[in-house]
Amino acid sequence: MLRSGRVDFAGIVKHVNLSYVPDAGIGDFVLVHVGFAISTVDEAEATQVFRYLEQMGELAELEEREPS
Amino acid sequence: MRFIDEYRDPEAAAGFARALRRITTRPWTLMEVCGGQTHAIVKYGVDELLPPEVELVHGPGCPVCVTPLELIEKALEIAAMPGVTFCSFGDMLRVPGRTTDLLTVKARGGDVRIVYSPLDAVKLARENPDREVVFFAVGFETTAPANAMAVFQASQLGLKNFSILVSHVLVPPAMEAILSSPESRVQGFLAAGHVCSVMGYREYEPLVARYQVPIVVTGFEPLDILQGVYMCVKQLEEGRAEVENQYARAVRRDGNVPAQLLMREIFQIVPRKWRGVGEIPKSGLGLAEPYASFDAELRFGVANHTADEPTECCSGRIMQGLMKPHECPAFGTRCTPEHPLGATMVSSEGACAAYYRYRRLTVPQEEKAVQHGN
Repeated sequence: MLRSGRVDFAGIVKHVNLSYVPDAGIGDFVLVHVGFAISTVDEAEATQVFRYLEQMGELAELEEREPS
Repeated sequence: MRFIDEYRDPEAAAGFARALRRITTRPWTLMEVCGGQTHAIVKYGVDELLPPEVELVHGPGCPVCVTPLELIEKALEIAAMPGVTFCSFGDMLRVPGRTTDLLTVKARGGDVRIVYSPLDAVKLARENPDREVVFFAVGFETTAPANAMAVFQASQLGLKNFSILVSHVLVPPAMEAILSSPESRVQGFLAAGHVCSVMGYREYEPLVARYQVPIVVTGFEPLDILQGVYMCVKQLEEGRAEVENQYARAVRRDGNVPAQLLMREIFQIVPRKWRGVGEIPKSGLGLAEPYASFDAELRFGVANHTADEPTECCSGRIMQGLMKPHECPAFGTRCTPEHPLGATMVSSEGACAAYYRYRRLTVPQEEKAVQHGN
């Protein structure tokens, strides 16, 4: 229960407890709270906000083409 | 910084604002229950990008703010005892008790220390066996795994001079308390992303079914909040009430299972008073029976102390979404971050403190506009 690692916060490196992210490895992005990593960032999901926006943009164009 | 900067992109924010205007046909009131989200909304002016029909009200999302006065009084009493090293996160130090705060206890010679992590307090206890080291365990579900680990480690190490003063609160019972109030104006919730990264979002499914309100798990960068608001309004406009997850990059439905397991081992669910709101059943965590020897309230004989809240503060109504910070007559005059009257002005994550910091100059202008309008 004492697994820990070095986490780089945009240049500041801190020792972080990794007990709660057993699958996290070198190069992964983690969410850190009071010295503990509580989640691993899913890089595939990270662009979801922008895909959603793109999708809405397409939907808007379609809506505009429809006669009102 | 990767996974942060891109979620502050102004053009993308404008895109969400346009999309929201397109789908909004009537007034909706949404509540966020996360001090980090409240702070981001006010700091980045996210609420000013929304259509006028969509109002954000700020729930009890700041654990420092909702820590009840009687626990602050217990902390002050323990911290002033000889032989005690009292450790806390920095933002608890200025929280006012009835007559003083932890910073003043420190100035008068008390050994009060700011730590970054509860494990720092465990380390202090190991290194100073002649001191009683007490950690002020304040927080939501996000912080509970860290505090659980501190107690677990202290137990494994056989530390007899470590204890915690527990003031843990749970978010879903507070949301339910707000929803079940006859005065409630809340029609949809943004659920706190980091709480959900630990707990997942199964707990919200019965709430959605019982109260028919959409709940969208939301991150706390500006684009996250805008998308969360969009998803929530879209559900309301379409007459749906579901749990949706905007913050999928950090939140899975089951949450962080190893963290939950240790939380359940160390803590048990207890009733808890929320400053400004009152007691909510099953809304807090206390130490489970096998770990009761780490309970600072028992160790220092302060378990039965009580204290009543001052009456002038409106934070209870603010945290239930019934009024906004600047509508309080004491806001910015008798109540400031330097001399807070209560909960929501206390911590930088509190709604009143956020309005004081980022909205002090705009509020009078709005009032002026209203007067001209008349």
